Amino acid sequence: MLSAPSISELVARAEADGKPLSEVILELETAASERGRDEIWEGMRAALRTMREAAERGTRSSVRSMGGLVEGCGRRVNALRLRGESILGEPMTSVVAKALAVAEVNAAMGRVVACPTAGSCGVVPGVILGLGGEQASEDDLVRALFTAAGVGYVIAQRATVSGAEGGCQAECGAASAMAAAAAVEIAGGSPRQAADAVAIALKSFLGLVCDPVAGLVEVPCIKRNASAAAVALVAAEMALAGIESVIPADEVIDAMGEIGRRLPLELRETARGGLAATPTGRLIAARFRADE
Amino acid sequence: MAEMDVFSVVGPVMVGPSSSHTAGAVRIGRMARAVAGARVRRAEVVLHGSFADTYRGHGTDRAIVAGLLGLETDDPRVREALSIARRSGLDVSFRLADLGNVHPNTAKVILTADDGRTTEVTGSSIGGGAIRIVAIDGYEVSLSGEYHTLVTVHQDRPGVVARVSDVIARAGLNIAFMRVSRRGRRAEAMMTIELDDEIPSWVTSEVGSIQAIRRAFAVPRI
Repeated sequence: MLSAPSISELVARAEADGKPLSEVILELETAASERGRDEIWEGMRAALRTMREAAERGTRSSVRSMGGLVEGCGRRVNALRLRGESILGEPMTSVVAKALAVAEVNAAMGRVVACPTAGSCGVVPGVILGLGGEQASEDDLVRALFTAAGVGYVIAQRATVSGAEGGCQAECGAASAMAAAAAVEIAGGSPRQAADAVAIALKSFLGLVCDPVAGLVEVPCIKRNASAAAVALVAAEMALAGIESVIPADEVIDAMGEIGRRLPLELRETARGGLAATPTGRLIAARFRADE
Repeated sequence: MAEMDVFSVVGPVMVGPSSSHTAGAVRIGRMARAVAGARVRRAEVVLHGSFADTYRGHGTDRAIVAGLLGLETDDPRVREALSIARRSGLDVSFRLADLGNVHPNTAKVILTADDGRTTEVTGSSIGGGAIRIVAIDGYEVSLSGEYHTLVTVHQDRPGVVARVSDVIARAGLNIAFMRVSRRGRRAEAMMTIELDDEIPSWVTSEVGSIQAIRRAFAVPRI
């Protein structure tokens, strides 16, 4: 009989075996999968490569979304950073630029890794690549991706990672929690600190609705990817400083699921409420319909 | 907790912007192409519901055509699929329509092969890139594209299903799902059999030679 997957069990295993979360998750995956450990590792490395390509494309060049609502955000923040005018400083400004870049590449029909979804695909790469930068080895970043994946798996099983089911808290919120755990591991924090970072990050998104203007994965999705990446780093910083979440990660995840179920349909990806229903949102939607 | 599936969370690798409106749409196109089985010269794509409302911004139109051209969900050429179709002599048209009581993300694809034969495939994108083919040539079906599928068009009469499953048993193939749908009692019917394993060509031709069977074809896993 399988119990519901939990962050607390992942942490307990990691602590008992004296291993990082990523190793526990990789071992669980190897046990559950038909594929061998090396093949699983290579699969994750390939995902990292795709993420890196998207981040580079979206920071170096001005990427325009399919609907044309968003253009060149990743390039702009990267340019600000290169001019030395960032008020955030490193690594936060890199994290923000790369999260925007990957989300923009997605909106431009470029190649990305859904993580956990296409709409929230910029958050984890933004954090892992921005924080890992040039210092961390590729292996460290692949490990961080396993940590993120394990956290995402628990969220998907206990709650949801679908905007249509749980709103944006289930997409960008989940991605932020995944990225926060990954950031803690990259920074050399403990599994327990990673769990606290998961809780702190996800708590910041509880109740966040999915209200895409004209139903497109552009507004507010792309900028929310950047905000979610920034929150992940803030949560990781707190956890690394020894701040604990009063509400444990699993309970925060369960609360997210419960809030998602209570969200009205209008605020779950249907583009009938929130920003989509603002005068400007409606105007943009009408323009798209007129174009057809 | 023995379960873990990391690539359901970090993945799939895909062309954006939406797993349902883009990646799923590519897969509907790929299934339609597989069902048609022959070189296609004309494609009429009917978009319903959310597909009709947001297809431009999500590239759903390009994605379906990319699937018809055989491209994968992570192929960067998905974006250029409409011009690739033009260059390769595939004539494509789009129409928005209410297809009735179907999933909001549904498209009907009507394909005309080089020999003039038409094939009609209706598919829904049900989330995360997963799809369900709900109709082929007016027959109700339910195919995920995750299996190798044997399809027959046959006369509804006793014994047909047994004869087909006998061939499958002799080939040592394992049936995952099976469904029969008919236009009426003793009228023409369609059977879809989803199998775990690849279907050898002798299986398809032997099933096709069973007396009541008009046509049998295999749709590979996409």
